[in-house]
Amino acid sequence: MSTAPADVDTSGLTAQPKSERTPAQIAKRALFLLTLAFFTVLFIYPLVWLVFASLKPPDEVFSAGLIGSEIRWENYTTLFDLAPIPRWTLNSIIVTFLAASSVTVSSAMVAFGFSYFRFKGRDPLFYSVIATMMLPGAVLFIPKFLIWDALGLNNTLYPLWAGNLFGSAFYIFMLRQFFLTLPRDLFEAANVDGASYGRMWWSIALPLTKPALVVVFILEMKVAWTDLVGALIFLRDPEKFTLARGLKAIIDNPSVGLESRWELLAAGSVIVTLPMIVLFAIFQREFVEGIATTGSGGK
Amino acid sequence: MSTTTKGKRSGFHLTSAQNRRLWITIFLAPWFIGFIIFLAGPMLWSLWLSLTNYDPLVPNTAFVGLDNYREAVADPKVQTSLFNTVFFAVIYVPGTLLSGLGLAMLLQGVGERSGGFFRTVFYVPNVAPAVAVGALFLLLLNGRDGLVNRGLEFIGIQGPSWLNDSRWIKPGIIAMMMWSVGTTVIIFYASLQNVPKQLYEAAAIDGATGWQRFRNVTLPMISGSIFFVLVINSIASLQLFTEVYAMFFGQQPSGAGSEAALFYVIYLFQQAFEFFNMGYASALAWLLFGVIGVITFIQVKTSKRWVYYEGE
Repeated sequence: MSTAPADVDTSGLTAQPKSERTPAQIAKRALFLLTLAFFTVLFIYPLVWLVFASLKPPDEVFSAGLIGSEIRWENYTTLFDLAPIPRWTLNSIIVTFLAASSVTVSSAMVAFGFSYFRFKGRDPLFYSVIATMMLPGAVLFIPKFLIWDALGLNNTLYPLWAGNLFGSAFYIFMLRQFFLTLPRDLFEAANVDGASYGRMWWSIALPLTKPALVVVFILEMKVAWTDLVGALIFLRDPEKFTLARGLKAIIDNPSVGLESRWELLAAGSVIVTLPMIVLFAIFQREFVEGIATTGSGGK
Repeated sequence: MSTTTKGKRSGFHLTSAQNRRLWITIFLAPWFIGFIIFLAGPMLWSLWLSLTNYDPLVPNTAFVGLDNYREAVADPKVQTSLFNTVFFAVIYVPGTLLSGLGLAMLLQGVGERSGGFFRTVFYVPNVAPAVAVGALFLLLLNGRDGLVNRGLEFIGIQGPSWLNDSRWIKPGIIAMMMWSVGTTVIIFYASLQNVPKQLYEAAAIDGATGWQRFRNVTLPMISGSIFFVLVINSIASLQLFTEVYAMFFGQQPSGAGSEAALFYVIYLFQQAFEFFNMGYASALAWLLFGVIGVITFIQVKTSKRWVYYEGE
């Protein structure tokens, strides 16, 4: 952050070379940097505060100052004693991995079907795929619950990811855009060599769209990891909870005995959030590209 | 099967057209199967349920026609939740449009390299899971000592009781949701970067003021993204659920929040999975679909007057 002023672009339309700066322009620049700093603090500080709050002694969570009278790492061990955090974490990892990989592969299949082949009725069919994005999720809550219930799979992790085996309209749309940019000659050459369409998809189309596939995978990881509605609908036993559902359980019952334990709520929030921050730190570009090119956070 | 051994041309050998059709079917199969099992089927089922008094805990289900819809229109809780939802949307949607655009333009004033850095910073709140955002704001908006009221006290304002005063619950929720404006910022930033520089140069030569440049160059050139954000954020705000449910509903006694924070999808969820009035909840879901459809339709229709598409 301290490097920011150094690479500020002064070649823009309004900014002047340093030597010609008037006091008014300097004041304007200062105001600009101050605004930038204000919003940076606004967006970052609450999360920093959360981390430190999770390390404070119970009665100091809301006291002034970032650091309490002592740093209590044992808040986390206390939370681990009170709630099956490792189990919830494992459940979340399973759901996240299966949801992301199944939606990536299936969406890539369908997207290829809609981009490489030209057949009668293709475009109306494709628009019908896009149209399904309009449907509010709430319409499907109940029938999905009843379907998984009929299959005897409620209160298991399947309902949280298995629907992804059938592709998702948003990702199909996005991947189709990428497949359409691939030169057709590449496939024609393979066709002459006698490669099947399946081979062409797997060995030519997929490797060439790897960056887009990574974007889909990452966006869906975030969707699956953060999903609370699905977990509320399908999971009953605390043993089956994902971390997101587990955090809701901690919110519902924030006290030990008669004492409210806000620092444990903070610790739980940190545990759920941290993996996403790490993921974002590694795949920043993919996140931002995914949003900037398709305009949405992965829903 | 028995013919396959007899000659090359019969049996499983496919012509290239058949082979092609087979592969098209294979590639599209996931979508078709998913469409029937998880989309079209459930939609029809839900539509049917909305015409019944289905309750999984009660053995006899009866067809009740449009009774659920009639009941919904007269239900005071539907009115409350609809009011809360519209109240939220009416402030949140323009709020994200204005602040998102403002912040994106702010980022434009920074150089290319640090622009990327600050863009990341602004996006960070969106990385936090919605349930954690709810938990975080339970802490930030807490009592007199939460971070928000401490900040207000610092500038001499005595903050309200954000979580218990029914007049201040919705403003608190709006503030929480606005904290995640980063997605909108990224969309606008990308769009602003795509405005051709020559247009600004031409406008400058014509002696256009800053405001005129914004009004006559920037706005038309990014009107496509403004429209996109308008539609997407409207749809999302009408379906607000997770953060608010995490904060005010579930097992904890919800107090003032049970009225002031009762959003439409939360009420729907309660009817379906807490009271098990699944027929009634299905009707609520279809009413929501109708409302969203009408609003989106109006937005799309009126957009033709103000959205500028290059090449048209």
